[in-house]
Amino acid sequence: MPEPRRSALGSLVLIAVVVGASAAAFAYTAGWLTPERLTPGKLIAALAPPGGPALGHRRNHAKGICFTGEFDANGAGAELSQAQVFTRGQYPVLGRFNLGTADPNAPDATVRIRGLGIRIATPDGQEWRSAMVDPPIFPVATPQGFYELLTASGSKDPDAMKNFAAAHPEFAAFADWAKNSPWTGSYAEDRFNGLNAFVFVDAAGAEHTVRWSLLPAAQPVPITQDELAKRGPDFLEQEIAQRVASAPQKWTMVVTIANPGDQSADPSKAWPADRRTIEVGTMIVQKIEAEADGPCRDINFDPTVLPSGIQVSDDPFPAARSSAYRVSYDLRTAEAKDYPR
Amino acid sequence: MTGALQRFTLLQRALHWVMAVCILAMLFIGVGMVSTVMPKYLPLVSIHKSLGISILVLALIRLAVRLRYGTPALPADLPEPMRLAAHLSHYALYALMIGMPLLGWGMLSAGAYPVVVFGSVYLPAILPQSDALHTWLWDAHFYLAFAFFALVLMHLAAALFHAFVRRDGVFDAMAFGTQQQNVGPGMAEIQAGSTD
Repeated sequence: MPEPRRSALGSLVLIAVVVGASAAAFAYTAGWLTPERLTPGKLIAALAPPGGPALGHRRNHAKGICFTGEFDANGAGAELSQAQVFTRGQYPVLGRFNLGTADPNAPDATVRIRGLGIRIATPDGQEWRSAMVDPPIFPVATPQGFYELLTASGSKDPDAMKNFAAAHPEFAAFADWAKNSPWTGSYAEDRFNGLNAFVFVDAAGAEHTVRWSLLPAAQPVPITQDELAKRGPDFLEQEIAQRVASAPQKWTMVVTIANPGDQSADPSKAWPADRRTIEVGTMIVQKIEAEADGPCRDINFDPTVLPSGIQVSDDPFPAARSSAYRVSYDLRTAEAKDYPR
Repeated sequence: MTGALQRFTLLQRALHWVMAVCILAMLFIGVGMVSTVMPKYLPLVSIHKSLGISILVLALIRLAVRLRYGTPALPADLPEPMRLAAHLSHYALYALMIGMPLLGWGMLSAGAYPVVVFGSVYLPAILPQSDALHTWLWDAHFYLAFAFFALVLMHLAAALFHAFVRRDGVFDAMAFGTQQQNVGPGMAEIQAGSTD
């Protein structure tokens, strides 16, 4: 009976082709066939210092300290967003002051960028998480650009940064800020900026493109990098702990509303200074706790954890950050034994 | 293999094919979303969660329906190793259909993430925040996803083997349409004989 046998062979070949094509499609989707794809794993690997990442810690903004407090909403934000966090009232905040470094032991004066992560919880069970930094603009226009910045700054090629800056002219504004902006001696004196554009949706369903910032109530006292270095490697954490122990520290949350036509996709470009702003409330930091066994340790300040009434915009960074933060979180929670509580 | 062919009930067949599409989509979305930093990452994650909960609910319904209506018997001439593989693989498929969404839900709970599905439905945390639990569940969810896909491929290969090679009615038991071609292994011989 040769014919049925041939037919069976043909069928087996057909089955092999179907299964093989399915497996190939899966491999393609997973990125295994496209090594040039920018994956969150690549971003995380590029953040690692030459000696490897600090196990158990965040892969960036690794040095930090926890705080708790509240967000005192004044109700003005309800005009722009239906999120409960903007209705007048007090909502608990969990947060973290941090330095933009992959080294949890970096001396304070060696780190130019400072950050603030917050999670505001509302009675409706929703959360607003945000991770902000003190520069007024982001260094690069795209996540791919950020990867190139990380690659260049980690490169042994002496021309790498020069070549990077030439390919990314937007970097000049950030470099200027990094070089010329004064330092402060306290997290409490720093302004933290969300930088990414989000969309607020009001009760009528109308959309408003916004960026937000936290403005310190404390008067900034400019100091030089050398002065900060003299105060000690962990001065900022000691200072904020003492300062909050003596009195709660406050920041005003200001929302800036884009004009129609303002671009929202590029956080390396500030909006014109005359854009309308609204003060929506006050963040009050009431208690500081060390990170190792503090409440912020195992929180991922993923900027895409948003309540109803806040959405992402066409800014590509929140998605890229969410993707990379997740990998950082997955890694560090698996390395908990390397960072004892 | 004479007489009326036994099929799964219409409800079981409908559940099977709807879930087949959902599960394949789920596996591809899962492996795709974790490998991208593009804006599509966010809708993919969002769909992954909603689809996962949908699959969990469908799988529980399907299990109940199966317990109520049973399954058609496997062909009497099916070799014992294939019979064993059929039984074991179906236990594994049910375990994964129910287990994977629970692992994902538990993983997000242990990571203190809000679990939001269908845009604005907040599911409760099913586990306390814990880095150890998060890690264990993450590993299970990750590695079992690849095992799940491998099992789906085996299931697909076996189904096509039944349909094209053995022609024993097993595939047709889950198919729609007329049953006229489902006359068992004799069919191949008849066809072969008629062309000789």
